[in-house]
Amino acid sequence: MKVTFEFSDSPEVVAEVNAGESLMRVALDHGIPGIYGDCGGQCACATCHIYIDAAWIDRIGTPEPGSTEEALLEGAPADVESNSRLACQVVLTDDLNGLVVRVPEGQ
Amino acid sequence: MDGIAETPAPAIDPFDVGRPELYHKDAWRPVFEKLRADDPVYYCETGRSGPYWAITRYEDIVRVDSDPATFSSSHLLGGVTLEDKSNVTFMQMDPPQHTAKRKSVTPIVAPKSLAQMEVLIRDRAAKTLDALPRGEEFDWVDRVSIELTSMMLATLFGHPIEDRRTLVRWSDTITADLDDPDSPIRTEAQRGEVMREFYLSMLDIWKRRREEEPRFDIVSILAHDPDMRNAPVEEITGLFGLFLVGGNDTTRNSMSGGMWGFAQHPDEWRKLKADPKLLGNAVSEIIRYQTPVIYERRTALRDVEIAGKTIAKGDRVGMWYISGNRDESVFEDADSLKIDRPNARQHLSFGMGPHRCVGSRLAEMQLRVLWEEVLKRDLEIEVLEKPSYAFSNLVRSPTRLPVRIKA
Repeated sequence: MKVTFEFSDSPEVVAEVNAGESLMRVALDHGIPGIYGDCGGQCACATCHIYIDAAWIDRIGTPEPGSTEEALLEGAPADVESNSRLACQVVLTDDLNGLVVRVPEGQ
Repeated sequence: MDGIAETPAPAIDPFDVGRPELYHKDAWRPVFEKLRADDPVYYCETGRSGPYWAITRYEDIVRVDSDPATFSSSHLLGGVTLEDKSNVTFMQMDPPQHTAKRKSVTPIVAPKSLAQMEVLIRDRAAKTLDALPRGEEFDWVDRVSIELTSMMLATLFGHPIEDRRTLVRWSDTITADLDDPDSPIRTEAQRGEVMREFYLSMLDIWKRRREEEPRFDIVSILAHDPDMRNAPVEEITGLFGLFLVGGNDTTRNSMSGGMWGFAQHPDEWRKLKADPKLLGNAVSEIIRYQTPVIYERRTALRDVEIAGKTIAKGDRVGMWYISGNRDESVFEDADSLKIDRPNARQHLSFGMGPHRCVGSRLAEMQLRVLWEEVLKRDLEIEVLEKPSYAFSNLVRSPTRLPVRIKA
């Protein structure tokens, strides 16, 4: 399956990935710039903040109100939008083939 | 002393890691090594400010720091230091209140602001380095670490740049340990006086900024924030205090710690010179190696088991970042500075979870720019003595580091 990472200042990267992995893990494995995953994917640092493309956000969903993910996103350096997620909390499933996400500027 | 029973001096618990002497003498490594191996969630009954738990392994620290519903930062329970304090900023709040309050300060450290600040920071780093003496001894802490971080603070606060050392004095007084023989103050009342001086000066700037067009400093950003504009005065001054200490002591200590680290590991400096692309990772590694903030405290909101120990509701829990950053199960050869360490970014120096350092990107940028400018000048810096460290259990702060730049 494929995931597309878009950037504000460089061409997009299309990554060939396997279902079952987290979007953060996949981004690190493909050396996607701007996604750091400092805490190793434990939903503890907000350095894997991404924007989910509008066409996909309903399928993926938004963070639970009051969740740690929501609190972390609010504290992240790039602006939080209604389609903001932490990539470590998005597990890739077969129905997400073709997913498009945008990497925030200067994370 | 006739007729008065003498109380015997309480025995010192060698595993009381809250003793400032341990960091003043730089003697903490073996103590934590033993705790991590034998008793990683240790109950110290004789802490200076009462009993507390010492969490010393990496994974347990991440667990505590990431679970604010169990481990509270609330000022109502004593806040984030072993000594109960009643300061109120978002640092001493739990979500969701924390979340909303923290948001009001994030614009100052947002990517756009950082890009704007980098030019200024680089210019100052360049001038500071160019003004250093060649071929004679000077103190790196005073001439570089304090100089650069105090200029940054003055910019953040819109404080007159020529009066930047006043900001340092305020910050050092706020964090001073009263048991420190060299402390600038002896009593909490004296501390209160100095803090008042700081707050009044800031409130003066605050009043002016409220009337002016928004500009680029933290006082202005807060003065124009719809929530903060009419916040109680203690909340505003509390935030100034948080930014003052957060922006002063931490980056300063990493600037000193990096110098010392490279002196201890000259091969790493050669490696960086040969491949400057390693600098981004090197900065994270310096921050891990130094661990400028030694610990943070939480208070248990319920009985909870960690590593086989039951922490009771209401207990003080110290997350010893300095120990987590030396955990060999995560960081191999953890006492060494290794600029290409693959997981350097996973250090705990910024904390983890919702309270993770809000200024982390600014700190990293200041450190990166400093070392870029040192590299650019190809300075050969020789460290002449071991650093001295502050008498503090909270900040690991080199107070003096004599160096000489080869002429």
